[in-house]
Amino acid sequence: MDPLMLDGNAVAGLLQEVFCGDMTTAVGTCSNCGASEPIGAVHCFRGAGIVLRCPHCNDALITIVSSNTDIRLSLSGVRTLWVGR
Amino acid sequence: MDAVRPAARRGCVMSFISRGFRGRRRTDADPTRIPPGQYSTSDFPVLSAGPTQHTPSDRWDFHIVGEVDEPRRWAWEEFQALPSEEITVDIHCVTKWSKLDTVWRGVSIDTLLDGVETSAEFVIQYSDGGYTTNLPLEDVTGGKAWVVYEYNGAPLPPEHGGPARMLVPHLYFWKSAKWVRGLRLQTQDEPGFWETNGYNNYGDPWREQRYWGD
Amino acid sequence: MAGTAVLGRLTWQPAEVVDVISETPRTKTIVFNVPDWPGHQAGQHVDVRLTAEDGYVAERSYSIASAPDGSRLELTVERLDDGEVSPYLTDELRPGDRIELRGPVGGYFVWTPSQGGPVLLVGGGSGVVPLMAMIRARAAAGSETEMRLLYSSRSWDEIIYRDELGRLAGNDLTVAHTLTRSQPAGWAGYARRVDAEMLNKVAPRPEERPHMYACGPTPFVETAAEALVQLGYDPRRIKTERFGPTGG
Repeated sequence: MDPLMLDGNAVAGLLQEVFCGDMTTAVGTCSNCGASEPIGAVHCFRGAGIVLRCPHCNDALITIVSSNTDIRLSLSGVRTLWVGR
Repeated sequence: MDAVRPAARRGCVMSFISRGFRGRRRTDADPTRIPPGQYSTSDFPVLSAGPTQHTPSDRWDFHIVGEVDEPRRWAWEEFQALPSEEITVDIHCVTKWSKLDTVWRGVSIDTLLDGVETSAEFVIQYSDGGYTTNLPLEDVTGGKAWVVYEYNGAPLPPEHGGPARMLVPHLYFWKSAKWVRGLRLQTQDEPGFWETNGYNNYGDPWREQRYWGD
Repeated sequence: MAGTAVLGRLTWQPAEVVDVISETPRTKTIVFNVPDWPGHQAGQHVDVRLTAEDGYVAERSYSIASAPDGSRLELTVERLDDGEVSPYLTDELRPGDRIELRGPVGGYFVWTPSQGGPVLLVGGGSGVVPLMAMIRARAAAGSETEMRLLYSSRSWDEIIYRDELGRLAGNDLTVAHTLTRSQPAGWAGYARRVDAEMLNKVAPRPEERPHMYACGPTPFVETAAEALVQLGYDPRRIKTERFGPTGG
């Protein structure tokens, strides 16, 4: 357990900027281990950028690099994203 | 290199000044020591791409591998016995804070590579926890880089990368891997964790090379 | 209308300070008027952005403390001595000042009266803020859903919303305090960190399948969530919001 770790709630606003809707209730499936969790429940680390990690296998699900003008997401750790309409 | 850029989504971006807000930046820093877009801090923020690593020294070793005539390995005691030096440098994080006059103790990469024969032009730092970052080999030689194990005269704590981390102060600090376990010399460049995910492949703070395409 | 508060385009908007209220020696509630506020659900938060004269920008997230109430929004902020933003919000802001915020954000850590219960709320320090929004939303809706709050504070003086919680308790809202550092004379309540034994006593039975929310510093949340799983509660009904090492 890492005291600095947050969860996906911490980047709700940033993700909503990209996806134009709340993503904390979206369910992501980990490309590495296949576990599914709502994005609000995944582990969030703050390094040079944001890293969202699978709470089961610690693999990086999503990384977020943001500047004043751009947001770059890496999504390769997420096999599927499931959102409600 | 970005030949194509996404369109900006917002129209005019207006933010307004919050009366009396200053933040906690230092105002006494010599401005010629602060790269463009950076702010000086007295804190030492703890940032990490993943969980803090806790490797006990009796399980730690450091390797030089890859395009070398002979791979090298040092256990902790052997590493501590290498010639070390005290280094005082300014460090610059891509998240915009700079910290001046940080004091470390460690072993120069020149010492670690002394006598190594290689045709490699690039080096990958790799760490416990899986973090990697890449550099041209010439950016870690010639007195530019160290493996450090003390900060401010005390053993480097885990949250700042202990037992040992890289120190490459002329580049943004993501190029100084925490919890480093080795250097892999390569003839080909190989973007590391952040270089793959949007940060600049080189990362010179004086040319403000933060992101892809900068 | 459920769900409309969590959708849609987010923009930074100005919020004007209407009032600043002391809750405890280290926390204040800041009351804002946010024109065109779309409403929110209990548990959601806002991102706050402050810009200095030289262009320096700091952003933080704060949970919404108030139940939905037109364009009025309340944030309760704990002053961190070495903080960059919280001392500005608690010490500097005056009625008439404006800050930028965007939101509401976060649809995961949310309770709506239509969900029903029973509900277990476990809060550590300033982690009680989004849980208080849930308690206030329940009261505003006239709901009789069974809701139980287990709230950990360092001392009696540091219990945020202490009097209001005392007034609202009853009618199927139970409030249990634990004071971890010091207790007033004659204190008969809990006096230690939240653990499995305490949760076992306070929480609804696992068979009742409660909705559970744990919020506060990361170590607090981890301890509470792990204890609930050990006690046999369904992990999928445990929702957590971690505030980082210092709680906000």
